[in-house]
Amino acid sequence: MTRRQQRLILVVATLIALALATWLILSAFRKNLVFFYTPTQVLAGEAPHNRSFRLGGMVEANSLRRAEDGITVSFIVTDMARGVPVHYRGILPDLFKEGKGVVAQGRLDADHRFVAEEVLAKHDENYMPPDAAYALKKGLAAKVDK
Amino acid sequence: MIAELGNFALMLALCLALVQGSLPLLGAWRGRRSWIALARPAAAGQFAFVALAFGCLVAAFADNDFSVAYVASNSNSMLPWYYRVAAVWGGHEGSLLLWVLILACWTAAVALFSKRLPPALAARVLAVMAWISVGFLLFMLFTSNPFERLLPAARDGRDLNPLLQDPGMIFHPPLLYMGYVGFSVAFAFAIAALLGGELDAAWARWSRPWTLVAWAFLTLGIFLGSFWAYYELGWGGWWFWDAVENASFMPWLVGTALIHSLAVTEKRGSFKNWTVLLAIVAFSLSLLGTFLVRSGVLTSVHAFATDPRRGLFILAFLALVIGGSLALYAWRAPSVGAGERFAVFSRESLLLLNNVLLLTAAATVLLGTLYPLFLDALELGKISVGAPYFEAVLMPLFLPVLVLMAAAPFVEWKRAAWGKVGGRLSKIAQIALLFGLTAWLGLKYRPAVAAGLMLSLWIVLGTGLHLAQRRNVVKQPLGYWGMLAAHAGIAVFVFGVTLVKGGEVSEDASLRVGESLVSNGLRYSFVNLQKVDGPNYVAARATFEVVDADNNMVILQPEKRYYTVQQMPMTEAAIERGFTQDIYLSLGEPGKDGAWLVRMQRKPFMGWIWAGCLMIAAGGLLAATDRRYRLGRREAATQAASVAVLV
Repeated sequence: MTRRQQRLILVVATLIALALATWLILSAFRKNLVFFYTPTQVLAGEAPHNRSFRLGGMVEANSLRRAEDGITVSFIVTDMARGVPVHYRGILPDLFKEGKGVVAQGRLDADHRFVAEEVLAKHDENYMPPDAAYALKKGLAAKVDK
Repeated sequence: MIAELGNFALMLALCLALVQGSLPLLGAWRGRRSWIALARPAAAGQFAFVALAFGCLVAAFADNDFSVAYVASNSNSMLPWYYRVAAVWGGHEGSLLLWVLILACWTAAVALFSKRLPPALAARVLAVMAWISVGFLLFMLFTSNPFERLLPAARDGRDLNPLLQDPGMIFHPPLLYMGYVGFSVAFAFAIAALLGGELDAAWARWSRPWTLVAWAFLTLGIFLGSFWAYYELGWGGWWFWDAVENASFMPWLVGTALIHSLAVTEKRGSFKNWTVLLAIVAFSLSLLGTFLVRSGVLTSVHAFATDPRRGLFILAFLALVIGGSLALYAWRAPSVGAGERFAVFSRESLLLLNNVLLLTAAATVLLGTLYPLFLDALELGKISVGAPYFEAVLMPLFLPVLVLMAAAPFVEWKRAAWGKVGGRLSKIAQIALLFGLTAWLGLKYRPAVAAGLMLSLWIVLGTGLHLAQRRNVVKQPLGYWGMLAAHAGIAVFVFGVTLVKGGEVSEDASLRVGESLVSNGLRYSFVNLQKVDGPNYVAARATFEVVDADNNMVILQPEKRYYTVQQMPMTEAAIERGFTQDIYLSLGEPGKDGAWLVRMQRKPFMGWIWAGCLMIAAGGLLAATDRRYRLGRREAATQAASVAVLV
């Protein structure tokens, strides 16, 4: 092989590798994006049924129920316009409180209940998770429109 | 008064930085020695005034001066004194001041240790660093002044976020910033070389030790952050792929590429352009990281935009630094020349491959970090990119890096023979392969776990073999030992990560005092519960006896704390660290009739992750202290020629 042929092979191989890497990265990226929905959007049927997404808003007052085993909980996430029941098995984050903002990641089950795999914590008392704040803003705006 | 003194010191530092940034640069251009000579005293003066300003802020925190707005919002009179000092960098303004202080330290260090550099180059390097300082000082003085007064003064402060009240807060941010800011030296060397058109092996040798030290500090900083998150967040996670962590990981990846590429430039004179570009990118990502974490853009893209001064300044500064240096690069790089040629199979090309893979990894992290912010800023929807993306993409990128890591040191510079390298490596390759297949097919480990174990063995064997084949082991330079330590550290780290990821188990349960439960082979007995009063919190402390199959018992005391000023509950996990596993117990919330939720976790070989990180950082520091970096120019040139070929 001449030096020129060698270099040509190297360039072509590099290009193929780059194209392959880009394709892999972008497809992994698309597959693993987690979209965010407000309770109103979920109840309007906009949220996907076969993939995990994030739901945010406020934990409705007096909606927290604990099952007999002490570990399974359910509560309602509301955007002040509408509320979605959420089921979760596990320990809730320290700053989880009724009447405070929350973001949960999980899936809709067959009965349209949201089963959370993860309930996300806030970092401090004054700080609202940005996604939850966004949901509340949208919900309030929708209410005013009505 | 102290706040005003601090403010004044910052202004004086700015003036000195302006002098340091302009006259030496002009002097280097016009050949005026007296102007060039200004660089060092100006750097020393700038350091003195920034240190004074920092001291003033520390004093304001120590004195509980709640008439300073920044102190009032980040401290409290009940806070222990050491956390009051650490609270200096607990918020946006103070961490900027810490950044500038560390930049001033690095600048002073360069001024001190650059006596053997050509005067014009040293002047340019110091001037570039001064301009970075000018940018940050202006930003601080105009938009984020830590010395701003609060009128009327607050009666007490709002306290430091309880999550930050930990020894980790004292060490993690300064170490991380030592790394971030340290890349400014490599950046300044790169820009200075582009300005002066002197890009040669000597240039690479000068900037190598600085880059290595910065990289080692960055490694330590990231390690400490992760170590801290592991015990402090209370639930056993140690890396979350959130934007704050990614912001430090990206410069680390590019920095790793940079130290390897610098080695090629120094040894072979190749990759000159590429090295300069990496230095620019590494520092740009450090800047981006600083702003991502500290500007509030992550909390809310829109809140960031509603404070237009800060947002605009940051964007303008980033555009100026990144855009300006890339423009300079585009203009000057073609004149640098390509350097030595090398064959397709040579150590150069393997290191190039390493660089491309590391840079691709950095780009994928960047995509996953910034894309959600862009969408949000443009109101195109809210998304998040979670750990699955990063794991799915980075795994295939890191596999070849790990394979190459053990092999590349055996490959000769310029042109290597396949047969010779293959012959030297075939034995250990067979051992590693056999081990991996046994783990997978024989011991029924998952393929990913078997691959991780195989690769760590491969790296350990490769590194050991390389050392064993040296003729005179004792006389090897520190740079060589540094490489071995860092590579072996990677192996230890990969081993730990593989086993933690592959073997960690966790169970949640509800337990009352006096009850016990078997979870994943350990019996947990809830012995008692007591109330504990801390300086600024109250806590419930549970005592558990944990017994394994061989009747070895450990006592674990997890706590649930309640910080009174911020009215914030906190989980203090209890961890039994061991050589082969960590037992991690955390207390959830109290339920009805005295039952507590507890999470019981076992994490095999968790400590190996930390040990690996420390070995990597130690390797960097060891390499930076290599003797030939301390020699004069002429001695070093002869020395470099005589030292055997090694990275």
